[in-house]
Amino acid sequence: MLKLPIYLDNNATTPMDPRVLEAMIPYFTEHFGNAASRNHPFGWEAEEAVDYAREQVAKLIGADPKEIIFTSGATEGDNLAIKGVFEMYASKGNHIITAVTEHKAVLDTCKHIEKAGGEVTYLNVKEDGLVDLKELEAAIKPTTVLIAIMYANNEIGVIQPVKEISAIAKKHGVLFFTDATQAVGKIPVDVIKDGIDLLTFSGHKMYGPKGVGALYVRRKNPRVKVTAQMDGGGHERGMRSGTLNVPGIVGFGKACELCRIEMEEDTKRISQLRDKLENSLMQLEEAYVNGNKEHRLPHVANISFKYVEGEGLMMGFNKNIALSSGSACTSASLEPSYVLKALGLGDDLAHSSLRFGLSRFTTEEQIDYTIKAISETVLKLREMSPLWEMYKEGIDLNSIEWAHH
Amino acid sequence: MAYSEKVIDHYSNPKNVGTLDKASKTVGTGLVGAPECGDVMRLQIEVDETTGIIKDAKFKTFGCGSAIASSSLATEWLKGKSVDEAVKIDNMDIVEELNLPPVKIHCSVLAEDAIKAAINDYRKKNGLEELMFEEKGVH
Repeated sequence: MLKLPIYLDNNATTPMDPRVLEAMIPYFTEHFGNAASRNHPFGWEAEEAVDYAREQVAKLIGADPKEIIFTSGATEGDNLAIKGVFEMYASKGNHIITAVTEHKAVLDTCKHIEKAGGEVTYLNVKEDGLVDLKELEAAIKPTTVLIAIMYANNEIGVIQPVKEISAIAKKHGVLFFTDATQAVGKIPVDVIKDGIDLLTFSGHKMYGPKGVGALYVRRKNPRVKVTAQMDGGGHERGMRSGTLNVPGIVGFGKACELCRIEMEEDTKRISQLRDKLENSLMQLEEAYVNGNKEHRLPHVANISFKYVEGEGLMMGFNKNIALSSGSACTSASLEPSYVLKALGLGDDLAHSSLRFGLSRFTTEEQIDYTIKAISETVLKLREMSPLWEMYKEGIDLNSIEWAHH
Repeated sequence: MAYSEKVIDHYSNPKNVGTLDKASKTVGTGLVGAPECGDVMRLQIEVDETTGIIKDAKFKTFGCGSAIASSSLATEWLKGKSVDEAVKIDNMDIVEELNLPPVKIHCSVLAEDAIKAAINDYRKKNGLEELMFEEKGVH
């Protein structure tokens, strides 16, 4: 029996894997020690658990355990990496390069850097959502200290040419930081092969718990340092003070291990379901996939259904299917998705988009239900849409003088 | 955001979806909003020439649930009213009836604008002076 509602908003957060919860439970009550208590068995147990998790986390991204700084999540990692590098390398320069489609945690941190006297270049992206490597290289100045480009985008799932970006960064002696929150655990990410200097990701996007994440900080070739943004007991090699969230870290470690072992099979199955969903919905007239289809996360699809509005569309099924829209109406601001607009989409198409994020727990039955429900709602709303009627009558919508309000 | 039951009802069973002959002299058409803003409403009235009563009203809306509900409700209210009465429909009546939250008030304003635009279109076609309306300024 199909159980409703169906969850297809896995870019926002994933359900936790029951095996992760199982690993965490003893660390709430039985093994409750503080990992920094060096002189009794309670502390030793906690420290041992953290060390083990650190290995599990490091292994997933090809890092050394000593290069993992535990954080509260990706937003903290973004802040620590960008502000930390900006402050640590102030004598070298004050210029940072990022892209307009980054997550707000990066963009707002960059705004903070600008207020603090730094200079930030926001690269535009191409129509497919990828950064232009020539533009990136041309933006580098003698004062550039950091390139901050995400691994994969949270709204459209496109995967940036990380290896090429890191090669450019290396050539110019600039550090490369990537927010890999959507990528780690879903596709192979290797800090050595990818040439990454700093990388952040989060437990709850990969079947782990909320409130825990990691920042990878390279220790060799080059040795990277960041200025701590939280002062205190000098935990995490002095880069992030604060008592470690032992159960969270244990769960995060377990989630990383499961992803490492099961990624290949998960990906095969999930990408088939994603393709089925996408291909079926693309049978509808005037449907468009947003972002590069080739360089894309296997579990993500972002589709615009022209002439219907995203929030109105979701209302047709949001009691039974959870997903998100690039429409303005879903957010507090009345602006549609800045990511979709950066691809050059008109506001009308941005308003008409839905984002699907599948997971390890998505079933074919759920996908079949979703295809049917969404197709029916699109058709129903188009019957109700004056724009659809005009389109069908061959009226060019651009020829109409709309009253902008 | 949770929708009120009335919004959900109008969304699920919209009243008076459709198209009237916009070339007809007895039909007034109002098209308001813009695709870029995420909502476009087209509201039409058909007026009985002898009585001056709105005998039919239809809408088509591109927009969120509240926009669809606002226009559906507007068509219901329009039917049976005289054109002069129809002019008096205020967006706040729609807000109240549908329990629209503050962020959705613009949907009701759009519906009021659509009503006025349809009436003016009708007046123009029939050699009457277009009415001037004050800007609501809620957009």
